[in-house]
Amino acid sequence: MIKVVDLYKSFGSLEVLKGINNEIRKGEVVCVIGPSGSGKSTFLRCLNLLEEPTSGEVYIDGVSLTEHKKDINKLRQKVGMVFQQFNLFPHMTVMENITLAPVKLKGMSKEQAMEKAVALLRKVGLTDKDNEYPNKLSGGQKQRVAIARALAMDPEVMLFDEPTSALDPEMVGEVLNVMKQLANDGMTMVVVTHEMGFAREVGDRILFMDEGIIAEENTPEELFSNPKNERTQSFLSKVL
Amino acid sequence: MTEIMNIIIELSDEIYFNLIKEERYMAFVKGLGLSLQLTLFAAVIGGIIGLFIALARLTHNKTLNYIATKYIDIIRGTPVVVQLLIIYFAVFSSTSLPRTTVASIAFGINSGAYVAELIRAGIQAVDKGQMEAARSLGLSYSQAMYYIIIPQAIKNILPGMGNEVITLWKETAIAGFIGLDDLMRAADVVRGRTFSNYTPYLVIAIIYFYITVLMTMMLGKLERRMRKSD
Ligand SMILES: Nc1ncnc2c1ncn2[C@@H]1O[C@H](COP(=O)(O)OP(=O)(O)O)[C@@H](O)[C@H]1O
Ligand SMILES: [Mg+2]
Repeated sequence: MIKVVDLYKSFGSLEVLKGINNEIRKGEVVCVIGPSGSGKSTFLRCLNLLEEPTSGEVYIDGVSLTEHKKDINKLRQKVGMVFQQFNLFPHMTVMENITLAPVKLKGMSKEQAMEKAVALLRKVGLTDKDNEYPNKLSGGQKQRVAIARALAMDPEVMLFDEPTSALDPEMVGEVLNVMKQLANDGMTMVVVTHEMGFAREVGDRILFMDEGIIAEENTPEELFSNPKNERTQSFLSKVL
Repeated sequence: MTEIMNIIIELSDEIYFNLIKEERYMAFVKGLGLSLQLTLFAAVIGGIIGLFIALARLTHNKTLNYIATKYIDIIRGTPVVVQLLIIYFAVFSSTSLPRTTVASIAFGINSGAYVAELIRAGIQAVDKGQMEAARSLGLSYSQAMYYIIIPQAIKNILPGMGNEVITLWKETAIAGFIGLDDLMRAADVVRGRTFSNYTPYLVIAIIYFYITVLMTMMLGKLERRMRKSD
């Protein structure tokens, strides 16, 4: 589904990613953990070319992103993304937020797109918010709309960058539940998170990133109860 | 007592000679009309030029970027009067365009540089996450600009645009340099007839001021309405 080969990324003289290799299979839920500044977001953003790799390749369904920059808009439709800061469009209603891309990019009729949006909103547990503007919603509601917005494009994989880090504690659960349900439905997901409980329960595989490399990777059971790398041990001792 | 009486008599004389006799108020009315017209046309032309220059500055095309930057630097680095005279005598000397049009274009070219900076700042003030979210859905750069960024930028830009119109309104007072009978010129003409010391200038100062107050009020109203829709 996604294949990452020798991925390097520098910002000026700051080398952030130093050779990442990984493969994410269809239906897999991969959680990325690690200390702040270790390059988790940068890694995730390279997967849909929001950041352009300095060198290396990212393949989606066997198609190299860097070699097909011209088709990037098409390729990005396959990859949904959910941001820490939600990034809903504040001048549009919930309904308009969700229907914009399908109508403009997939040639869906407004009616079709709205029907789909209603179904998606039900799926993320939001009914009768269709005509609200984002600033009328709580953080948890915003993030669920953002998930629905990404799902409206029928992506093959969903990327989450700390989707619950900007939320008040009492709203974390509602967003994680939606993600859990999405995982159960078989969605391929890459989730950068500090929610170790979620990673352990929902993740099929955990990547521990440190200083721009994947320092350790394993199943959640193994990684959390029996970390091999010293840095993983020290990181887990701090967060668990 | 007689002091006050004298002042009142003098004042009414001044008003009579500078405004009423030979219907001189008409000179002011016509001048006002022309100044307002110049302001309006220049604002529209400036708005259009400003939008294109701002977009040119925001692209990654080096040539466009260079041209836009130089345009802004040159316009902002030289006096409006000089620009007006150059455009009138050098650029438009061989055309038969009416002077009003030439002046509108000159003021528009000037205003465009300032508007361009307003628009650029307004666009850059939109949260970076908005562009990223739009692009991550698969929208192209131009689609993202059109549907997501510009609608939000307009709210940032509008107050500055209003101020720019107010600035233009006062700047058009130099239109007399190319022989246009604007409000400023009306005062000169009337003064040439009446030999008043400063009354005609006082009259136009009052007109300039109250039009500015009116524009400021309208701008405030617009801003309040926009804030409501937030
Ligand atoms: N656009 C950027 N320009 C310069 N430096 C950046 C940029 N984005 C991230 N960085 C730097 O890259 C490093 C890794 O950042 P990031 O990927 O956000 O880490 P994480 O998500 O693991 O906290 C940090 O030192 C950060 O300051
Ligand atoms: Mg991050």
